Formats: sequence, C-alpha cells, structure tokens
Amino acid sequence: MSILHTVNKSPYEKNSLDSCLSLASEGSALLLIEDGIYAALKGAAKEPQMKEAAQKMKLYVLGPDLKARGMAEDRVIEGIEVVDYAGFVDLAATHDKVNAWL
Amino acid sequence: MAIEVNGKSFETDEEGYLTNLSDWEPGVAEIMAKEDDLDLTEEHWDIINFLREYYEEYQIAPAVRVLTKAVGKKLGKEKGNSKYLYALFPYGPGKQACRFAGLPKPTGCI
Amino acid sequence: MSEEEMMDDEVVKKFMFVNRRAPYGSIYALESLEVVLIAAAFDQDVSLVFSDDGIYQLKKGQETAGIGMKNFSPTYRALEMYDVEKLYVSKTAMDARGISKDDLIVDVEVLSDEALADLMDDQDVIFSF
Repeated sequence: MSILHTVNKSPYEKNSLDSCLSLASEGSALLLIEDGIYAALKGAAKEPQMKEAAQKMKLYVLGPDLKARGMAEDRVIEGIEVVDYAGFVDLAATHDKVNAWL
Repeated sequence: MAIEVNGKSFETDEEGYLTNLSDWEPGVAEIMAKEDDLDLTEEHWDIINFLREYYEEYQIAPAVRVLTKAVGKKLGKEKGNSKYLYALFPYGPGKQACRFAGLPKPTGCI
Repeated sequence: MSEEEMMDDEVVKKFMFVNRRAPYGSIYALESLEVVLIAAAFDQDVSLVFSDDGIYQLKKGQETAGIGMKNFSPTYRALEMYDVEKLYVSKTAMDARGISKDDLIVDVEVLSDEALADLMDDQDVIFSF
C-alpha cells in the first residue's frame, strides 16, 4: 500500500534522498522537510533527478522549512507542492505508513 | 533564578542575565541597576537602548570593542570610548549594560 | 598593563574557519559562528570559507519563526564590525546549488577550488565545521 516517505537531510551532504528515490515505489509520496528542502530547488544539480521522480510519485516540500532557509516558493521546482504543518499531518493520515529517511 | 519587577517574575540564568530577551521591560533594568547600586540616568538609557537596537539588528550582544566603536558612530566620539562607558557601567559596558538591556552575555566575554 | 599593550605582545596567527553545513539541520553553523566571534575578540587574522552546504548559511531572507529556531543569519552582517572581512565562498558549491552572489546576505569573494586550496595552504590553523 501507499507509503509517505520523508527526507530531512540535504541531498548534497547525505545520500538519504538517493536511497529513498531508488526504493520508493510508483504511487508513493515524498515529503521534503528540514535540510531535505534543498532538493526541491530549481537551477540546482538535483533538479533533473527530482523531475524524473515527479513522474512516478507525488512530491511535497514543507513551507516553514523553505522559509526558515530563505528559499522563496518561486524557487521550488514545478510539480513539487508546498505544504504547511497541517498539510504534513494530512499526508501522514492519508498514507498507510510513513518511512522517515534519516 | 529570577528577579521580581512590580510583582512580575523574570527568569534569569546563574549570572543574572535574562533567560528570555522578549520578556524585557524597562523595569527590569531599573531593578538590576538598583541591585548594583546604580541610578540609571539618560546616558545609561542611551546605551541600553542602543544595545537593544543592536541586538534586534544583528542578533548578538556586541563585544566591548565593537560596542565602543558602534557607540562612537551613533552617539558621538565623546561617548565612543571605554573611559566614558566604564564610568557609566563600572562592571563593564559589555557585561553589565547587556545584562540591564536583557541581552545575553557578549560572545567572547569570559 | 593596559589591554592594548597586552595585545601587542600576542602573536597573530592566520585562522581559517571552513563552513560546510546547512544552517538549521545541525548545530555546526551556529557553533562555528560563535568560535569565529571569539577568535576575532583575540585580534587574530580570521578568514571564513563557505563551501558545500555551508553556502546556505549566507542565504538572504531567512525567516525561522515557523520552525521555532533562532535566525542567526543577521550576525554574519556584524562580522565586519569585528574586523572579520575575509569571507570566501566556493564557486563549485554555488553552481551545484543554483545560488548566486545576489542570493547572499553579505559581500563575499567567490573562489575556485584551486584558489581555495592555495588559501588553505597559507593558514596557520584551520577549523572545519
């Protein structure tokens, strides 16, 4: 059944995102939180990989974590949806389980 | 630890610095000064207010050297020297004035 | 002896602080900043390098109310008053992350890996965070 993955590490420092993307199955969801939000940004090295991931799974990024790090929403790659804390809770509630990649 | 101001309690650390910067009100400085046997004059308040503005802008309590320079720029050369500032705050403009202003102890102050 | 006379006797060394971590996911960035301010208080020759995710520390427009942490990015703007004026960022790190000089809260010098390596060779002490 459907899994919500969360990644909280920068994709430029740790390989959590890479591991997550290679094991996430079609139709699952990925929410980028904390330093994980750096994967959601346009014009960066990870952009092609994220665009490819968007083809098979739903991608989200946590708004307050973007804002804390000075990243405006218009820097987020198209196809990645910005959610707030309430949205985070909804995602956790509507998926069968959460896999928190650390 | 805590200090009492007009029946209100303000939490402080073991060295007497306010735990929460946002708790601060002028009465806090008055009480702290009284405990140090100091009467706050307009000149003291200029420095205390300056420190609060500095913290608001840079999110740190300035080191004495930096404070002295910045005061000189803002309030005039005759106030931007350690003699003037130490006369106002005998326990040190960094430590004592920052404490009155509700700021943490300046980084690098031992 | 006055404070200034004491300072004259001190040896000034070249200290480099290498910042490689994003600002809020770990305590490294904030700790480094504190150590830098202390080193500056001892009148040392301080250089700061921001490479890898460290360049994110200098991103403009940080607003941390939503995550309940202190926004310490304004403090980088105070470094100049502490006579810490040598701020270098890695071009490689900026390019990989889509970050330009205009995105940064302070004025910096953008350097190639080669130039950073030379700079590193020139130091007495290096702290990596």
